Parts: sequence; structure tokens; C-alpha cells
Amino acid sequence: MLAYIIRRLLQALLVMTVMSALVFVGLYVIGDPVAMMASAEATELERDAIRANFGLDKPLLQQYAIFMAHALRLDFGNSFLTGQSAMGLILERMPATLELAVVSMLLSILVGVPLGIWAGLKPQALSTRGIMTGSVLGFSLPNFWVGLMLIMVFAVYLGWLPASGRGATVMIGSVDLSILTLDGWKRLLLPAATIALAKAALIIRVTRAATREALPMDYIKFARAKGLAWSRILRVHLLKNIMIPIVTVCGLEFGQVVAFAVVTETIFAWPGMGKLLLDSIITLDRPVVVAYLILIVFFLVMLNLAVDVLYSVLDPRVRLQAAQA
Amino acid sequence: MSNVLPPIAAASPAPVLPPPETPWHRLRREFLANRLAVVGLVLLLLAVGAALFAPWISPQNPYDIGKLDIFDSKLPPGSRSADGAMTYWLGTDGQARDLLSAIFYGLRTSLLVGGISVTAALAIGSVVGLAAAYFGGWIDALLMRIVDIQLSFPAILVALILLAVMGKGVDKVILALIIVQWAYFARAARGAALVERAKEYVEAAQCMALGWPRVLLRHLLPNCLPPLIVIATIDLAHAIALESTLSFLGVGVPVTEPSLGMLIANGFEFMLSGHYWISFFPGVALALAIVGINLVGDHLRDILNPHNAH
Repeated sequence: MLAYIIRRLLQALLVMTVMSALVFVGLYVIGDPVAMMASAEATELERDAIRANFGLDKPLLQQYAIFMAHALRLDFGNSFLTGQSAMGLILERMPATLELAVVSMLLSILVGVPLGIWAGLKPQALSTRGIMTGSVLGFSLPNFWVGLMLIMVFAVYLGWLPASGRGATVMIGSVDLSILTLDGWKRLLLPAATIALAKAALIIRVTRAATREALPMDYIKFARAKGLAWSRILRVHLLKNIMIPIVTVCGLEFGQVVAFAVVTETIFAWPGMGKLLLDSIITLDRPVVVAYLILIVFFLVMLNLAVDVLYSVLDPRVRLQAAQA
Repeated sequence: MSNVLPPIAAASPAPVLPPPETPWHRLRREFLANRLAVVGLVLLLLAVGAALFAPWISPQNPYDIGKLDIFDSKLPPGSRSADGAMTYWLGTDGQARDLLSAIFYGLRTSLLVGGISVTAALAIGSVVGLAAAYFGGWIDALLMRIVDIQLSFPAILVALILLAVMGKGVDKVILALIIVQWAYFARAARGAALVERAKEYVEAAQCMALGWPRVLLRHLLPNCLPPLIVIATIDLAHAIALESTLSFLGVGVPVTEPSLGMLIANGFEFMLSGHYWISFFPGVALALAIVGINLVGDHLRDILNPHNAH
């Protein structure tokens, strides 16, 4: 198990290095960030001063070497735009994104798992056909468009919920959270519902498939033969056994939600790290883009690892082997 | 009616056997048996038809600036144009373009980008996957490790970064979509080829000393194709949705060749002032096309899956 984890971490390190190099070179080629930083009236002398200040006058290879040397000490450079530490900027925005992602995943699990089990138990029922058609719609509708339509209905026409921003937050330690205020919840609801709609559609399908697979198994038949109540069979026998595919999908989708935050946060002007990434891409703020990528690779690898480890906790039959890594 | 039949048919001595059912016929019969799948096919054909014939069926050429009348901008659905010449059934956008025409042209860009990128990704991915399965060893390990790493990244993020580096343009969006999609096909093709490779016809082909490109492309590929086609169908929906999302974010297709995602993005700024139709209708068109593709793909998967064969 330890060997397995170490191997995965080494792989992550390799990917982070390759990604940072590609993006470093890529963003270097496409544009001069100085054009964004200096005012329009700046003289060439002033521009050169900015270049020298950020080390942009050095050859690319040397710039990358300096970056790597700093990165080894977990210093990913400063934003070209604000001068703040790039990683600091991202970490500052991270709670907003994670909060949104966690709430939307919980929402989709709460909706998706019961509906999926229902659809699996009663494959022929009319309600099941309704659920399954709904789920096809759920992952077919373009997510950003669903967000726009929710804004149109609930913010513009009905005026029930605000369309943008994060609203009042409460600081807990160094992390500020919206879920502790009513205003925060109101603003969280629309973006979370947008994401949850698509994810719930997926969870319904996975849960249904797993339920249908588990139902004809001997342990379910045996539990029924023992005369156990259906509610107990569902809770203890069925749910435990369908957890593995559901946990896999939820874990992987959580990563997708954090990455997709670029879109959701743009629509709802949610001040998370996805919106920061898009803004930084547009302003060629290379340190922030590179730092974001390194962080997200690390996050995704950790998430995959956590899902794998969770397997062996949920199902004692699963043994993690370094050879499979 | 029976009296018009020639008597010989009724008196035919041997019972006439129905012709044996070819795989194509079986596919068609099973596909048409599902009503939802047929609905999906109709939606898909409508979308493709509208895209193909956009210049002939559109009431207006939305990109001919000379034809646009600025007084007609942001008209609600069903309004008459200022000169009384036409009715804007779905309204007009901020630049006085007829939305119906803009949607037809937008479908063109969306389906073109989706279709080309999926076809190319299918071709590249299949060859990579087949090669990995056929040669095995370090080639397999290397190729599949690349695929693993690529698939561990969310597609939207990879495409976003690629386009940030490459810049806007239809060709660049297509390239970015190919790069994010080929790995799915490679993994699926390898899986299918590993099963096929163990079969006798591959051994027979090898015994005949055929070259590996021939064994790979003429013998293995056709037998691995059905699952790949199913994935390609469903992936087409993903590609179209991804393209529209990228265009919505402003890193996709340029303003001169707007796709549906771009039309939706253009409507976003007017939506808060109640001009809902500019974003609404392009989104409906996009959603219908994607739902159609998903329904077709879903059902194709059910039919072509050997586990479900009757």
C-alpha cells in the first residue's frame, strides 16, 4: 500500500513538471505580459524596467530554471498583475470553489442515489421512465446554458435569488464560508443547482445499474428468505454493495466539478479559483496559470488516490498493489 | 384485394422462406423498435439538415452586414421587420440578426467542429489503441501511461489551456478537441483489440506472413469497430457541448464564425434586462441536437452490446 502511494505521488510529480514546462513555454510564446502590465504611455525604458523586475529579460531556459529552483521551495512566483504570491492568490480563492463543489456534490448525491435505487428496484414503472428521461436531459443540456436559464427564471423574472457574487461570508480561522449565512446560501443555491443537475443525472444512472446488478445476488435473496424487512435489506445489504461504483463516480466527478468551476464561476461571478484562472489566462498572468495547474494536478492525483484507498476501506476484498499502479 | 393476386402465388408448392436477416437489417429493425431512439434520430437528422442547408433555408444571411437593419435589434419573437419584408419568428439579437438564421448557421459551425474532431480523434485513437494491444510490451506500457495521464485531466481544463496557448480559431478549436478526445478512443480500442487479438483469425493472418499494418487495419480494426462507433456517437455530443462551452468562455471560435455557444454568450449580456430569447433559443437548438445524439448513441450501445444480444 505504501509503495503504491509513493509510486502515484512520483507520477504526479512528473506530470506537474511536464505540465509546468509546457505551459511556461506556451504562454511565453503567445504574448508579452508587459503589454498588459505597463500603462499605454509607458516608455520603452519603463517597459524594460518592468521586464528586468520580473526577470522577463532573461532567456526562456534560464527563466524556467529559476522558476523550478523556486518551485522546489514551494515558491511559485508572484502574479505579474498584482505582485502578490501566485499560490497565495489561488489559495485565497480556493475555499469559495471547494465550498461550491462540496455543496453541489452533496446535493446531487442526495437526489441521485435515492432516485437511482428506485429506478433500479422498479425498472418497468412509469416513474422510472420519467427519472431516466430526466437523467438523459440532465447530462445532455449544456451546463452553462442551464445556469443562464436558472438566472433568467429565478433572478430576472421571479426575483427570488440573486444572480451573482458570493455575498456575506463568515471567517472560520483563515477560511471564509458562505454556508453559514442566509445570504450566502441564497447565492450558493443557483450555481450549486446548476452543477448538481448534471451530476445527479450521472449518479442516477450509476446507482441504477449497480442496483440492478446487485438485486439478483444470493445475499439479497438470502436476506429476503430470512424475512428481513425491505428497508433493512436496502440499507444494510444493498447500499453497502453498490457503494463502490458510486464512490468512484462521486470522487472522479468531484475533480470534474472543481475543474469545471471555470465555467460555473464565470456565469455566476463566483469569486473562486476557476474565475481567477480564466482572468489570468486572458491577462497572460503566467505565474498564476502555472501555479493553478500545479495545484490542480496535485489535487486531482490526491483525489484519485483517496478514491482508491477508500475502495479498500469500503470493500475488504480489494487489495491495492503496487504492481497495478 | 385477394382477387388481383395471381393464382400461382396461392398455389405455390414449396413454402417461401424469408431471406436470411443480414446484420444491417437486424441493426435497423432493433433500432427502429425503440421509439425514443427514433425521436433521437429525427432530432439529429433535423439538426444535420438545418446545418447542411443553412444558406438555402435561412430567411436571412445573418453575416451579411448590409442586410441588417439596426432598428430591428433585440426584437421579441414573432416581430415584423422594420421594412415589413419578413417576420422574425425567434426574434433578433443585439445586432439585429434574425435568430432563426443565426441558429442554422451556428449549428453549421457546431456540428462541423464536433464532427471533424470526433472523426479525427477516432482515427488517431483507434490506431494508437490497436498498436498498443497488438505489440504489447513497452510500446503498450508507454502509450497507455500517456493515455492514463491525459484522462486524469478534465477535458475542459486541457482544452482551455491549449486554446489559451494557441489562440482563437475554428481550426484551433478542432485541434484542441482532438487532443482532449483521442485518449478515450485509444483506451477503448485497446480493450477491444486485446480480446480480438487472441482469436484465431488474427493468428491465421499472421501465419500467412501478412505485414503488421495489414493485420492491424484490415483484420483487427473492422472487428473492433462497433464499440468504437458507439463511443464516437456519444463523444460527438460531448464535443459539441465542449466547443460551445469554450466559445461561451470566449476562447473558442472567432466572432466571424459564431457557433451556438457564441450566440448564447452574446445573449448573456442582454438577458438581465429581460431579452431572454437571444440566449434561450440557441440553447434550445443546442440541447435538442445533443439530446438527439445521446438518444441515438444510448440505443446503439444497447443493440451493439453482445451481452444484450437476443
